[in-house]
Amino acid sequence: MRSIIYLVIGVFFGIVMYKSEAASWFRIYEMFQFKAFHMYGIIGSALGMGIIVVQSIKRYKIKSFYGKQIIFIPKEKSIGRYLIGGIIFGLGWALVGACPGPMFTLIGAGYIPVLVVIVSALLGTFVYGVIRHKLPH
Amino acid sequence: MDWIFEPWPWYISGPLIALIMFFLLMIGKNFGMSDNLRTLCSLCGAGKTSDFFKFDWKAQRWNLIVVLGAIIGGFIGSYYLSNETAVAINPEVIENLQSLGFNSAGKTYLPTELYDMSALTHIKSVSILILGGLLVGFGARYAGGCTSGHAISGLSDLQGPSLIAVIGFFIGGIFMIHVLFPIIF
Repeated sequence: MRSIIYLVIGVFFGIVMYKSEAASWFRIYEMFQFKAFHMYGIIGSALGMGIIVVQSIKRYKIKSFYGKQIIFIPKEKSIGRYLIGGIIFGLGWALVGACPGPMFTLIGAGYIPVLVVIVSALLGTFVYGVIRHKLPH
Repeated sequence: MDWIFEPWPWYISGPLIALIMFFLLMIGKNFGMSDNLRTLCSLCGAGKTSDFFKFDWKAQRWNLIVVLGAIIGGFIGSYYLSNETAVAINPEVIENLQSLGFNSAGKTYLPTELYDMSALTHIKSVSILILGGLLVGFGARYAGGCTSGHAISGLSDLQGPSLIAVIGFFIGGIFMIHVLFPIIF
């Protein structure tokens, strides 16, 4: 039963990514060129609503649908890993025009070469896992 | 209902993304897509090489199902909910991209120069896809999240680290587009 809920949420997410054009390479390029409001509007309005949602859950101690407390785990404090990791991610995001969600959406939309991006992203994740002890965090 | 078949405006799409995050929180989960890359590595046996991948991946099964849904959603969105796939980007950007050799700008959903099947026979295109994928996978894990985990989930929770990560995303992206693109293309 719960699996169906996850699947429905995923399908909905995929449709939104495709139809909003957030999965389009061109939109990402245009965003980094600052030539349209579209992507900023998507991220900004998602974030605006998101802040209201999360802060309301925290303030009014809203329970999950299953009656459990909703926990937000604070991220480890650091600057280096977020800044360096973020910059590396941004370089790749701009190059392939897809982040880890839309990548999968594009496979469904029939763009087979995206598989090359996904396999490479898995490899990148693997490399991080192997050398992470040597990196500043 | 015709609007469904048109590209969805930002003021519909953005709140829908927040709604997805809300539903995930309400069933006790977190919105974060790049975690799946780590889980898939574990599934492929990466735990033998690095203990970073030694964890109970079954606890992340739910997120893999979300990904499966995202694939199906992409299929439905493109084959059943769209009449036309051209992305109406700013004409200035189209001109700029054409000068870089992207002749499909303004005509397709993705640049055919990178994502058409024929691109797989061009070493340059494939190298770009591989390099970009590596950077995304490596960077997302190093930064502890991607666009969904940091820019949406983390920032909604007003987390400082997520703000630093998102600033990093934009430094990297802007540098790639404005400095490296003219060199690469």
